[in-house]
Formats: sequence, C-alpha cells, structure tokens
Amino acid sequence: GLFVWHLKSSGTRHSPCQFLHLCRAAHDRLITFQYFNFLKRMYVTQYNKDLSQRAKPKSEPVVSPFHELQQLEQEKKVIHKISPIPAVHQPWPETSRRNELREVKSAAGAEGSVTAVRAESREDRQWTEMKLRLDELPGILARLSKIKLTALVVSTASAGFAMAPVPFELPCFLLASLGTGLASCAANSINQFFEVPFDSNMNRTKNRPLVRGQLSPLLAVCFAASCGIPGIALLTLGVNPLTGALGAFNIFLYTCCYTPMKRMSIANTWVGAVVGAIPPVMGWTAATGTLDAGALLLGGILYSWQFPHFNALSWGLREDYSRGGYCMMSVTHPGLCRRVALRHCLALIGLSVVAPVLDITTWTFPIISLPINLYISYLGFRFYRDADRSSSRKLFFCSLWHLPMLLLVMFTCKKSVLGKEDKGDLLGESHGRAVEIRLP
Amino acid sequence: PPAHSHNDWIGPPDKHSNLRPVVFYVPPEESPLERRLREARQEAQACNQHFWARHNRAFHQEKEEFIYSRLKAKGLEMRDETGQKATLNAEEMADFYKDFLSKNFRKHMQYNRDWYKRNFTITFLMGQVALARALRWLRWKKKNVEH
Repeated sequence: GLFVWHLKSSGTRHSPCQFLHLCRAAHDRLITFQYFNFLKRMYVTQYNKDLSQRAKPKSEPVVSPFHELQQLEQEKKVIHKISPIPAVHQPWPETSRRNELREVKSAAGAEGSVTAVRAESREDRQWTEMKLRLDELPGILARLSKIKLTALVVSTASAGFAMAPVPFELPCFLLASLGTGLASCAANSINQFFEVPFDSNMNRTKNRPLVRGQLSPLLAVCFAASCGIPGIALLTLGVNPLTGALGAFNIFLYTCCYTPMKRMSIANTWVGAVVGAIPPVMGWTAATGTLDAGALLLGGILYSWQFPHFNALSWGLREDYSRGGYCMMSVTHPGLCRRVALRHCLALIGLSVVAPVLDITTWTFPIISLPINLYISYLGFRFYRDADRSSSRKLFFCSLWHLPMLLLVMFTCKKSVLGKEDKGDLLGESHGRAVEIRLP
Repeated sequence: PPAHSHNDWIGPPDKHSNLRPVVFYVPPEESPLERRLREARQEAQACNQHFWARHNRAFHQEKEEFIYSRLKAKGLEMRDETGQKATLNAEEMADFYKDFLSKNFRKHMQYNRDWYKRNFTITFLMGQVALARALRWLRWKKKNVEH
C-alpha cells in the first residue's frame, strides 16, 4: 500500500553515509522513502522503521510521540486506501499483518496523538481562511519542497561524491550537497505549482500545500526562485560550473519536460529516470570536476533502478492515473511496463560488473552485490510473469532497500585512491573515510 | 465564511471535482488590477470545477457500465448472494483504464493547455498586484514620515 506521511523536518541533517548505514536492516520492514530522484513520482511511500527499538547513537530521526502519530495516520490512510480499490478482493496478508503490528504499537501510543490526528482530519473538512500563517510556514515549505525526497536526492548526490576517486574534501562536499538540495527544493516546488488540480484528484497528493490553499501560487514560485537561483549559483561558483550546469539542466528537465510529459506520453518515465540519474553524476563532478566514465556508471545504475521501482509502483495506481489523465506505461502498455522493469533489473547486474572494469570498485563488488541483484531480478521476473498486485508490491518494496544496500556495498568496495588491492585495507580505508564524513 | 473577514476562504474538497472552492473577498477599494486578478481566479475556478466534476462523473459512470457489461458477459449479477456489490479484479479493470485514458486524451491535452495558461496568467497578475501594493505602502510610509 501507499501511504502519505507528514514528517516535520528534523533539526540536523545527517550525512548521507550515515543515512545509508541506517538503511541496513531486516527485509520485512516498510520503508518511508520518497524517490531517489527529483520528485518524478506522484506518491510517497511509507517506511515503518522500528525506530524505538534500534540503538542508533548517530542520529535521532523521529521523536517517539510522532512515531505513534504517524502510525495512526498510516492506519487511517491504509483503511482509506484499501476501500476505493474495489478490485482487490481480499486484503493482502502483508497489509493485515502490518495493520496488526500497527494496532499493537498504537495501543501503546499516547492519547494526545489520537486527538491530534482526528483534529487534523476534522480541520480538513472545514472552511479555512486563506492567510499565510508564519508559524506554520516551515512545515508548509517543507511539504512544498518535498523535503524528504530532497534529502534522498542529496544522499544519492553524496554517494556520487563519495565514490569519486579523489581525496575527500569536506567543504566541497557540503557545498555540493547544499546546492543540490536547494535545486531539488526549487524543482519540487515548481512541480507542485504546475499540478494543483491534478494533485487534488489523486489520493496520494491531495494534502499538498497549494491544493489546500495554505500558500498562494505566487509565494510558491518566489520560494522556488529563492531556492533555485542561490542553489545553482552555489554549485556554479562554489563547486564548479559543470555541476552547476547539470543542476540547472536537471531542474529544467524535471519541471519543463517531465512534468508536462506525464500527461502527454509514456516517454515521461525515461525522462524521469534521467532526472533521477543526474544527482549522483553531479556529486561525482563536484568531487572531480570532470564527467568521466565513473560518473556515467553511477548515473546508469540510478537510471536502471528507476524502472523496476516506478513500474512496480505504478502498477497499483492505474485507476488514479487513468482518471487523472496521466499517460503511464502501466495503464497504456502493461506488457511493456513489465518487460522494461525486468530488463533494467538485469541491467543492474551488468552495470555492477562494469564497475570494477572502470576501476571504480574492486572485483568483490559484483560478487557481493550479486545476491541482491539476482533477488531483485527474480522479483522482476515474477512481476513480468504474474503481472499482479502482489508481485508488483514485492518488487517495489525490494527496490526500496536494494538501492541503499547496493550503494553501501559499492562504497565499501571502493577502490582506494592510493591503489591498494587488499580488501582488508580497503575496508579500513573506507571506514576511515566514513569516520571523516561523520564529523560535523 | 464570516462576513467581517478580509481574506479569501477555502473550503473542503468538492464531492464531484475534488477541488477546494474558494470564496473571494472583494475589498471596498478594489483597484482595476485587483479586480482582473479576482475575476481570473473565479473564472479558472469555475472552469476547473466544471471540467473535473464532469470528468469524474463520466469516469464513475463508464466504470459502472463496464463492470456491468463484463459481469453480464460472465453470466453474473451486479450483486451476489450476500448482497455485496460484485467487482472485477485489477486485470480486468486494466482494460477499462486503458480505454478510458485513450478516449479522453484529447480532452486532457486541451485542458492542460488551458490550465497552464490560466495558472501563469493568475500568478503573473498576483505578482503585479503584490508589486502595486508594495509601492502603495512605500508611498504611504513616505507620506507619514514627511508629516
């Protein structure tokens, strides 16, 4: 199922490597992720990390009362989401299991959070004054810029930066991440600005700030400009012109190509995959200043990953897409949809093999990543053959942990800049680097 | 919305169009520019409401018809023994979704063009109004300072 989740942006932004480390966990969790790209997908997926039980000295992402609130919200939304789809006869065992899990957790939750959720949905059904409330502004802007998705985009860019075969420079890294984040905020805001009536009609997106009238279109455009212009300037002047150009191009590609194309042709998926592939390339060019084969390989991995991820997800959204007028493969060319997903799962295996050939990683990388790549390819094949909701969901959820794990393995198998061949040394080196990154 | 308010008010989503209606506040000394903005917004709201209400109604109607015809072809009734509404599974509905999307493609193209144009016009007018108001405020400030 797809759930909408509101997360107040937490105080400190943690390093992407930490974030990737956080993603290492058991397979049967739900992940709260948004896409690893510039918000091409019109949905938010939810990840129900068992945060309260894990010892995490490095970060405190969510305060526990919020956790309960989120679970209750999920519960509400799950119930809401399942009913408009009459086609599914029985609820999936996964969903009911998740519901039970949630109920157990929410039983222990605070009373305050229950009333908070009810208050929000009640407020939704009332008339509200269209006045800009300054105290709500940070939350509104966070939702406008799709802050969680932006965070993921920044982490893919950081992965690109980390994989570049140059000594790590913290100031450059921070500037690149900040610039990418600002560019992503700008692109997401413009996307929401363009899509107000369509967002209103889709369940996943109907609570966006512009749809709810929480801020005016003019303000949204001004916000986008005030994020985008400094962001690109920062990248061009503070990092290098190539990264700035890539950032500007990506904003253009996302807002002026992908967003309108969503309603015109199924080719939008390929454009969107490119949009998602560019941030790691930007990270790489920020580190090295050149666009070489390694950058393209990383971009290629992200590009190929987009297809199983999106195609599997869009399989369950066909009704909303059809009614909303979105041209997506899952609606118009279902066979192609599944074929492409499978094809790109297999491409990921191929790209993993190319990595050591290009001297980016050692040969341990394709070997270690083979199990997860084979698994996602297997799920891709099942999706191709069965073409039903359960296989699409399995593929989608697999893609959510597959990417962070793949990037993590890639990072640990990175070929040391000093050219050491020993894997033990490499691990030590890369851990050293990881420690460096963790310093504020 | 209360009568004394000086702001626009936005309401809950409409049942048919899923769009949120806005009640516009008409200030007593509304400038011609502000009036143009308000009228543009009202017109866009009316157009959007009309389009989506009609479109969604057509969708639901055609969906019901499709389900009915498919069930009939299978020899089933709309409601089974328990009185529950009979439904088709996702794969059967997929044919309907594909068909509906291609049928309405040209309608959507036209609506998109229309919507983008309106959106840009309204936002541009908002910018002009904001600028005019800012200049007015600065002039008033200057006048106050001089006295």
